[in-house]
Amino acid sequence: MSSNLIDGLFVFMLAGFIGFEIIRRISPLLHTPLMSLTNALDAIAVVGAIVLAGEHKSTFSTVLGTIAIVAATINIVGGFLITDRMLRMFKTSRPGKP
Amino acid sequence: MINLPATTHVIEVIYLIASALFILALKWMISPATARRGILAGEIGMVLAIAGTLLHHGIVDYKWIAIALVLGTVIGIPLGKVHMTAVPQRTALSHAFGSLCVTLVGTAEFYLRSPEVPRFMMSVLSLEVILGALTFTGSLMAAGKLQEILPQRPITYKGQNLVNLSFLAVSIALAVYLVLHPGAKQFFPFMVGIPLVFGVLMVIPIGGADMPTVISLLNSYAGLSAAAMGFVLNSKLLIIAGALDGSSGFILSVIMSKAMNRSFTNVLFGAFGQVQPAAAAGAEEKTVRSATAEEAAQILAAANKVVIVPGYGMAVAQAQHKVRELYDALTKRGVDVKFAIHPVAGRMPGHMNVLLAEADIPYDKLLDMDEINSDFPQTDVALVIGANDVTNPAARTDASSPIFGMPILDVDKARTVMVIKRSMSPGFAGIDNPLYYLDRTLMLFGDAKAFVGSIVRELAGGGSHG
Repeated sequence: MSSNLIDGLFVFMLAGFIGFEIIRRISPLLHTPLMSLTNALDAIAVVGAIVLAGEHKSTFSTVLGTIAIVAATINIVGGFLITDRMLRMFKTSRPGKP
Repeated sequence: MINLPATTHVIEVIYLIASALFILALKWMISPATARRGILAGEIGMVLAIAGTLLHHGIVDYKWIAIALVLGTVIGIPLGKVHMTAVPQRTALSHAFGSLCVTLVGTAEFYLRSPEVPRFMMSVLSLEVILGALTFTGSLMAAGKLQEILPQRPITYKGQNLVNLSFLAVSIALAVYLVLHPGAKQFFPFMVGIPLVFGVLMVIPIGGADMPTVISLLNSYAGLSAAAMGFVLNSKLLIIAGALDGSSGFILSVIMSKAMNRSFTNVLFGAFGQVQPAAAAGAEEKTVRSATAEEAAQILAAANKVVIVPGYGMAVAQAQHKVRELYDALTKRGVDVKFAIHPVAGRMPGHMNVLLAEADIPYDKLLDMDEINSDFPQTDVALVIGANDVTNPAARTDASSPIFGMPILDVDKARTVMVIKRSMSPGFAGIDNPLYYLDRTLMLFGDAKAFVGSIVRELAGGGSHG
């Protein structure tokens, strides 16, 4: 348990730094699609919900897990769809124009 | 745990690949040229991770998983196809769904494990459900305000901060108790319920103009609660995704709070919307100059350099397509047209950029505050469409103004300023804007979409009846 905890904290710290350094560089131009993309990625919580619903340890946990899958899947599908729609709209006037 | 089944290793490797793809997805968001590749990386990572999870040896029943995945997809597709003007409320809603998922999983995990929950596990589990629950109701409130189901005005009362903090304090106290006594199941519903109420109370005092900060903050909370869930489930993939989302929301909150000149503690504790209505006296005495669409069109046509400053009013009036026509008409006449985007213009970070991109305005013409501010003294016409506080020179000059110190777009330095506005009534913040009384300022009274439309008609040389 405690070695899992330490591993987890290391991963969290490193991912936090990577996130900070990458996102700091993203132009304000793309802040809206950035937020909808991170939101879709965050819905990876669905993996926890899938195990919970599939293990069928109690009716209560299966019901909560199933609702959780629905909520996360909405974010995955909706989030990727709208982010892609937004990004398709960004066009430059002419490449190489001064 | 000594002899892990082979599939467990396979699943872990799949999660490792998915984590790398998620990081690449964000990395490619740096430029509009590579951003769509980033989406693809994210999608592949997501599909891999879900497929890998389905191999999990503990799963005995796939029926509910399948039903839930299909149902989520059916609801998710229309939410991915909303109109671009509805993106802020859609984003708030997606924070709500994400935190709902996290809260439900945390709750189920507690009841499966109690009373044997190690202290560290119980601490992160508490963090997961408290953050998840308050983000869920807070985001629903934010979405309701943005969709205008709920009043956009901030609702404040005496001792509000004290009430809010006490709700938070009680939920933390319950968490501490549960960490020490994880068998006390009867207290768990309160540890979920109280933050649910707190989320509502937290967003009640927040007005529309503060929404960019709030949405970013809720984004950060949603990420952190997902990372906490990663600790509970010992899932490094989830910790990574949560940390990325959490830091993204955090950075955006900091950018937004700087752009509104609020301190960082002010943001962290959610003390938004504290702007007192300024004394309305004195405003009536000053005079403004107004102009017709015909006059505005003549001035614009004679200009060399025009900077358009869009704000939330442009989004409300859905004027972005008419603005595009104006951009085309002026560009055709050889006028240099650029757009000045304030970080907090609109209702979420980057809101204006998305609306203007939707109207096919090239993104290299969209400049943020730091890039464009030095251009205003050489600008012939600054055309303000539905923006108010972000152009208010009182933020620079008047120490008594509630927005004093807030970085603004220096439109008052342009040779001529034109402001499209419905009437002289100040925005809900009640702050008077001295920009409107300058000699160089012309007020164009009317609906943004209709007025821009008539300017375009005048420029085309046609309808004098516009």
